[in-house]
Amino acid sequence: MANITWKMEDGSEISADVKDGLNLMEAATANNVPHIEGECGGCLSCATCHVFVDPEWLATTGEVDEIEDTMLEMTDVEREENSRLSCQIIASSELDGLILHVPEPE
Amino acid sequence: MAAPVVIVGAGQAAASFISRHVALGNAEPLLLIGEEPHPPYQRPPLSKKYLLGELERERLFIRPLEWYAEQGIETRFDTRVDDVKPDQKQVITSTGEAIDYDRLVLCTGSHARSLPAEIGGALPGVFTLRSIADIDRMAPEFQSGRKLLVIGGGYIGLEAAAVARQLGLEVTLVEMADRILQRVAAAETSDYFRKLHADHGVELREATRMTRLLANDGRVCGVELESGEIIDADLVLVGIGGSPNIELAQSAGLDCDNGIRVSALCQTSDPSIYAAGDCCSFSRDGRQIRLESVQNAADQGDLIARVLAGEEVSYSALPWFWSDQYDCKLQIVGLNLGHDRTVVRPGASETSLSVWYYRGERLLAIDAMNEPKSYAFGRKIIETGKNPAPETVADPTTDLKALAMG
Repeated sequence: MANITWKMEDGSEISADVKDGLNLMEAATANNVPHIEGECGGCLSCATCHVFVDPEWLATTGEVDEIEDTMLEMTDVEREENSRLSCQIIASSELDGLILHVPEPE
Repeated sequence: MAAPVVIVGAGQAAASFISRHVALGNAEPLLLIGEEPHPPYQRPPLSKKYLLGELERERLFIRPLEWYAEQGIETRFDTRVDDVKPDQKQVITSTGEAIDYDRLVLCTGSHARSLPAEIGGALPGVFTLRSIADIDRMAPEFQSGRKLLVIGGGYIGLEAAAVARQLGLEVTLVEMADRILQRVAAAETSDYFRKLHADHGVELREATRMTRLLANDGRVCGVELESGEIIDADLVLVGIGGSPNIELAQSAGLDCDNGIRVSALCQTSDPSIYAAGDCCSFSRDGRQIRLESVQNAADQGDLIARVLAGEEVSYSALPWFWSDQYDCKLQIVGLNLGHDRTVVRPGASETSLSVWYYRGERLLAIDAMNEPKSYAFGRKIIETGKNPAPETVADPTTDLKALAMG
């Protein structure tokens, strides 16, 4: 179990306990986090679950692999160094307290 | 109380419509009616991870069951709508209940075509693949060592063949056209998947017509080919395409043409009725087309929510698709309809390449096999209306990112 917090640009926040093994795109849609769509179901084809990982958590959330790195070029809001596709981050106790910032497309 | 917006059909398009409606803060009440006993769920994993047994059912759900009530949305699953009465603005359920609607959104989807019963299409052991129930019926039959016969070399048949090989079944696939994927892809893409499946031990029989399925003790036991040859099978999967579910629309007198005809606002010929997803057809580049894809269902559902909220939008989304077979990820962007030329761009490894479709100088679509760069940058290239010369993209030293951003 991990408690995850999504922070929106308008300052609002959503926090939820997420079961181990679920990916954080699924967790976001289940908890009604805006702007996270996950149309492709987490198979790295749509880039609609883009988040910015809070800098303190970058090391813990792991490496971006080549496919994810490529797909991050397709996000609506331009990628930054801490960009991730949240379908590729899998909940585990190590991520308890993780903060994700949700970009808002225009 | 005002009549709700009624959504008939609980699939991807419905989920996307509802999600956008909620996100826009639109206060109009919604009623979602679905024939299956489940909330809207993802269908693509059915023929992949769900059939493999690697994904539990709840993870197919696009939103958890409780989510709908939490948003104040009324749902009726396991409920079939039998009739629409546009004059009274009512839908009639199979139990005879009349439900008023303010606006109606038809997300009725498509169904898998089956073989006629006269040639064995209804025999026990013969399956089609479209729903959770279909998989729950067939999955126990996918046992190592058994013989699966797949009729039809489209994406669903190929995906099921891949899963079956991974589970240790013997697989024969019969395709009546000259090559697998003939209807949807260029010869180079067919060649790629033919080799992929052959390398994984699938026996592919292209340009092969069947005459009938054979039965033994009331259960399917094989197929008879036009040549007279018989292929034994313990189970048969029929993957010969889908047809739009348009009976309700026809009963309501809506214009249909290979699907419920909709405008760029996803409006049908009745201004109070909208349609989205596999069930509808629309005009694109001078053709009336119908797409069976998550992208199309999601984007059209989303668009209807925006239209109902008063946004000035129209449907022009660039189509994209995907398929997973063994260790190959296929990603497709664009529509290759009407292409007159293809070029192949070699990938970084032996098992990666992309096929680029052109009509004249215009780049239409890309099939990318284990080539996410061709897909991602190709999508940008198409979206921005760039039409790089075929020779340029075929040259593996061309930097696609530079081409996309340039």
